[in-house]
Amino acid sequence: MPNMRPDKNPMPELDPNVRNKCFEEVATGYTIEMAKDEADRCLNCKNRPCMTGCPVGVRIPEFISKIKEDDIEGAYNIITSTNSLPAVCGRVCPQETQCESKCVRGIKTEPVGIGRLERFVADWHEENHGSDPIEKVPSNGHRVAVVGSGPSGLACAGDLANLGYEVTVFESLHKEGGVLIYGIPEFRLPKKIVASEVAKLKAKGVKFVTDAIVGRAISVDELLDDEGFEAVFVGTGAGLPSFMHIPGENRLEVVSANEYLTRINLMKAYKDDYDTPIMRPKKVVVVGGGNVAMDASRSAKRMGADVHIVYRRGESELPARAEEVHHAKEEGIHFDLLRNPVEIVGDENGHVTGVKVVEMQLGEPDASGRRRPIPIEGSEYVIDCDYVIIAIGTRLNKLIIDTTEGVAPTERGGIAVDENGETSRDGIFAGGDAVTGAATVIKAMGAGKVGAAGIDKYIKGELEKKQK
Amino acid sequence: MKRFEIVSKRVLNPTITWVKIYAPLVARHAKPGQFVILRTDEHGERIPLTMAGHDSEEGTIDLIFQAVGRTTLMMQQMEVGDCLADVVGPLGKPSKMDGLKKVCVVGGGVGNALAYPLAIGMHKEGIHVDMICGFRTKDLVILEDEFRAGVDRVFEVTDDGTYGEKAFVTDKLKQLLDSGEKYDEIVAVGPAIMMKFTCKVAEDYGVPSIASLASYMVDGTGMCGCCRASVGGETKFVCVDGPDFDGAKVDWDLFVERSNYYKAQEDAEREHVCKLTGGVREHA
Repeated sequence: MPNMRPDKNPMPELDPNVRNKCFEEVATGYTIEMAKDEADRCLNCKNRPCMTGCPVGVRIPEFISKIKEDDIEGAYNIITSTNSLPAVCGRVCPQETQCESKCVRGIKTEPVGIGRLERFVADWHEENHGSDPIEKVPSNGHRVAVVGSGPSGLACAGDLANLGYEVTVFESLHKEGGVLIYGIPEFRLPKKIVASEVAKLKAKGVKFVTDAIVGRAISVDELLDDEGFEAVFVGTGAGLPSFMHIPGENRLEVVSANEYLTRINLMKAYKDDYDTPIMRPKKVVVVGGGNVAMDASRSAKRMGADVHIVYRRGESELPARAEEVHHAKEEGIHFDLLRNPVEIVGDENGHVTGVKVVEMQLGEPDASGRRRPIPIEGSEYVIDCDYVIIAIGTRLNKLIIDTTEGVAPTERGGIAVDENGETSRDGIFAGGDAVTGAATVIKAMGAGKVGAAGIDKYIKGELEKKQK
Repeated sequence: MKRFEIVSKRVLNPTITWVKIYAPLVARHAKPGQFVILRTDEHGERIPLTMAGHDSEEGTIDLIFQAVGRTTLMMQQMEVGDCLADVVGPLGKPSKMDGLKKVCVVGGGVGNALAYPLAIGMHKEGIHVDMICGFRTKDLVILEDEFRAGVDRVFEVTDDGTYGEKAFVTDKLKQLLDSGEKYDEIVAVGPAIMMKFTCKVAEDYGVPSIASLASYMVDGTGMCGCCRASVGGETKFVCVDGPDFDGAKVDWDLFVERSNYYKAQEDAEREHVCKLTGGVREHA
């Protein structure tokens, strides 16, 4: 008989007024008792609707059944047969729009806490079997290069290594992990988890070359022609941060969320014994309503600032995960919704003194299906602040397209790929934000898996040739 | 040789040092005008430095730096055989030389070192290169023999007249232009203020100018936007759109402001370089 408790077992969390002053992880994770109680809520549906919501096809009811049987390691093995980064996905996937949105329990009450269970299993494995030796799959003698060590690159490298390929991952930064390292803050995804996933790949024989910028130091063609790689997977992520092109945007205290988060996460500027400078403003305005805006505002709060999020639509249009918005509010972030910045104002020395915003109202739905925000004439006023973080998305990174002849772009400027993840060039594959523009960790991982399967087919000669 | 090992070191003056670093992946495709991002150790910051030269066959790059911030002060203390933690590049667009016949390269202070590969490279391409090397005072003069051997004419000036002519680089440039010298382009490399006024002189005389901007950067690959400058009314990223820009179009006041943003923090940090261990910190 399943546990008919209507709501999910709540996730234990640090107190909002404690955590908003430090970078400790917010959610502390289920105990084994909570996990088993939550697992008992799963109906083990025959047609497995939850699985259709998972971009990497995790066999969800099967791993949950293993938790019920107290076989946590068995659950881990089921998850990792399709998902190489469960500790990451259990933390940062938007389960509410994926697996959990399809859960039958969610029709009348709350869905099963699939993400929380996935995280529990991954953390349990790390604690109890983290140092177990990892078996290396014997080499099949074929070499593949992966460009970028973010979620798509790591997923692709993991799948290829499991198939016996000799994989080398090229990373332009000094540390592996891409957005998991420079973008997502410690309090949401501890960096030791990323390091441990990378270490597992290394144990499987995947080589990592940091400080190597493909497209400048070495081209994709050189990887194929001179370095002996038979195929290349490009997972270079999203590119340059967008700005709003409003007056005052180049004032001193205006930064992109990418810059702010990179200083804190990758460069650890929040710690005294790291050299990277960072300002400690008193009042910060963060522009944007996505997950990155939440990460930036919650980081600024932890750096001691009073933080206001300015977003041009309303609460229900916020693109960030509901959980992130909830956490941000609990931590004392103010939401100035239906406001759009029109100018960054400042003093004669270039310093920021405020953001001039115009109030907005919502009109008819636009192409995105969300109601279009319309400025209310004459409603401008200034929000005083001494620092502005712009978190309105990124443009596509053109470096690989510009430096690799014959790799065609999509209409939006991403790298165009077919159903196998292959670009317009034989043997060159791509996936993740470099293809789609900014999306989620799990979608990038899904694309990395598609790329790995495509590369496997390509090397076995099962893909039709595009070039003669 | 180890990755990012210092293979030779030359002290040019009390604040300026020349190091050759083993970085074959960077050296392979490096071109004049491009830069690297480096880090001294795990706790270090990422700083950009324009390459002063490279040897693709030896797999080495040359860096000439002035010890001004914490990172460069630590690098000054490092010796042959020590390794930097990271060197990534080549970054930025190479300097353009096409179609040029006669140029004047204007260097200020350590900017002379950064202008060095470009001036030499242009000369090797058959371009007539006049070089104005400006320094505050005699003790800071660097690379005079290298420039004399590598370009057509060298004009040395110091602010206090202790070496060469007593003049600012802008005075010398005006003097040359007034005497009828015709240049296809004037290249300015040095402190922001010096580039601003050099490009202003060029503009006054109707000569195109190029300035090599040095901004704060974090990743150096276009990801963060820290290095942005306003050029011709558009926001540009120095790391991927530059570092060379049309000197007449750069919003210099904004650039000067942005170049000093972290100065107070840097001055404070400078006091923290360990006097016992020099550049090398104990923690890994």
